[in-house]
Amino acid sequence: MSNREKPRGRCTGFLVILVPIWLGCSFPALSSVLTIEVKKGTTAGIPIAIVPFKLYDGVPEEYQPADIIDSDLGLSGRFESVPRDTFLSTPSDLESVQYKDWRLIKSEALVVGKVFHLGNDQYEIRFRLIDVFRETQLAGQKFIATTKQLRQFSHRISNIIYEKLTGIEGAFDTKIAYVKIADVKVQGEPASKRYLLQVADADGWNPKTVLESPRAILSPAWSPDGNRLAYVSFEKGRSMIFLQDIWSGKRSSIAGFRGLNSAPSWSPDGKKLALTLSRDGNPDIYIFDVGTSALRRLTRSTAIDTEPAWSPDGKSIVFTSGRSGAPQLYQIAASGGPVKRLTFDGKYNAGASFSPDGESIVLITDQGNGHKVGIYSTRERTIRVLTSSQLDESPSFSPNGEIIIYATQKSGRKLLATVSIDGQVQQTLKFQAGSVREPAWSPFKRKL
Amino acid sequence: MSNAYKLLIILVSGFFLAACASKPPAEGTGDIVAEPVEGTAGANSTGLDGEDSGSGSGLDGDSADILSQRIIYFDYDSSSLTDESTAVVQAHANHLVESPEVDIILEGHADERGTREYNLALGEERAKSVADLLQALGVGDGRIQTISYGEERPASLGSDESAWGLNRRVELLY
Repeated sequence: MSNREKPRGRCTGFLVILVPIWLGCSFPALSSVLTIEVKKGTTAGIPIAIVPFKLYDGVPEEYQPADIIDSDLGLSGRFESVPRDTFLSTPSDLESVQYKDWRLIKSEALVVGKVFHLGNDQYEIRFRLIDVFRETQLAGQKFIATTKQLRQFSHRISNIIYEKLTGIEGAFDTKIAYVKIADVKVQGEPASKRYLLQVADADGWNPKTVLESPRAILSPAWSPDGNRLAYVSFEKGRSMIFLQDIWSGKRSSIAGFRGLNSAPSWSPDGKKLALTLSRDGNPDIYIFDVGTSALRRLTRSTAIDTEPAWSPDGKSIVFTSGRSGAPQLYQIAASGGPVKRLTFDGKYNAGASFSPDGESIVLITDQGNGHKVGIYSTRERTIRVLTSSQLDESPSFSPNGEIIIYATQKSGRKLLATVSIDGQVQQTLKFQAGSVREPAWSPFKRKL
Repeated sequence: MSNAYKLLIILVSGFFLAACASKPPAEGTGDIVAEPVEGTAGANSTGLDGEDSGSGSGLDGDSADILSQRIIYFDYDSSSLTDESTAVVQAHANHLVESPEVDIILEGHADERGTREYNLALGEERAKSVADLLQALGVGDGRIQTISYGEERPASLGSDESAWGLNRRVELLY
């Protein structure tokens, strides 16, 4: 088994602490907003059997942690879920595990668990991750959760399994922000088209609207602490940049200059934002100081400069420029200086976003057959195309760098999709109604 | 004026009207934008009426005709004006110089291909190309406002070359 246990010890710290500010979660949210559609299966992942948890009296039947864990682990391409109809037994604790049952169906890892109702709105979830060949437990924990927290704790279990088996921190209990366009009925009036800025669980559950507008909303960007979103709103009839606290809803406009105000990108320390403004002529990159509101111009070209992306070390900014005649990626020190061109392959390279380790940049690339998600390696200086669709947009990494979320079109519908960084697993988040675009993955949820 | 020419004018004007009208009605058109859009439609229909009355105005340099062209189209990933659209912008500039009380809004748009933010910048560059020419021809900077909507307000829905061609545009609203 590819068990690369790292002595990081993150998972043991979770226990029953739930950061109370993630109010968006509600269970049972049976009116699921999306279904996940697997486009391409994986063949090289770790075979893992996830046994449906034993639900004791008083636990809602709809609550099945195994389903949530299965769906989470499937996103990364690092696991291969062993089909349930091949299981020879269905243990729910360590004592009842018959190891030969799992060796026979070639499962390397096994997840079992149970859920008790403790009375009132309290549940106890127990799970164990078992190494089938070594016949040992790799992880085992219990959590106390309210109804509203049941999904979140299932994502926590996914995180623990992910970290134990891959050595990589799991990001299944994080959030995504995105823009949805839907017909919304206002009382006494016919339904009208509205732009909704929503925040949901990373798997699309529990969406919560944080801004609703009759006009376009674009480019949501999470602050590094996960508490604020910067975004572009046309609510005043033209592009302006806003900052909003997602818990209190308190917001303020930080750029409403003449012309374009767009493409906010946070510095890793959360103290600055790179922006695109055209107030001095054509679109150029500026640095805005969140504390002092001071503005500094970073690029000066007669072509378009936009889509700044701050490198994780805070030292440089990669941006899209049309200065060569077509959009390509360029890099400049955050303090200013000479500009270096990064991309040369393909006639269109734009929309850069860094991986957490700074070694990869996800982008939209057109190599002559449509706009697709690609990864630019900062070391090899090459682009690897990941998707086969035509009209991809807005790619960004999950906070652990394992999965990319992006917007695409399928049969004329705008929707969100994910792709593993090896390109092997692509999934579509199919929302029930409306068109969805502009996804942005939140940072890790840090414990308070 | 020959009937064939009249027909052509009607067809061409109708095409531009249709291009405006094909804008999805539920686009969420805001207050600021809604008024100039109404104004455009009105101006277009006036042009048509004049033509129908058969006044027999000349083929060349008929500014009423050229002024009914309120949409400038662009090539893919380009904000350069063609010779043809330069002539249209020149006619509008002459009209605006003669009508100093009129302000103009230039709405820049892009097709759906590529990233939304780059398209927003591209729409701005397109609007600015028109603004720069208007200014060079004597229209005061203070009378011109540029707004880019990028790919957010397509004139034509659809994902093919004909729809994209209609969406790469600057609308002159006054």
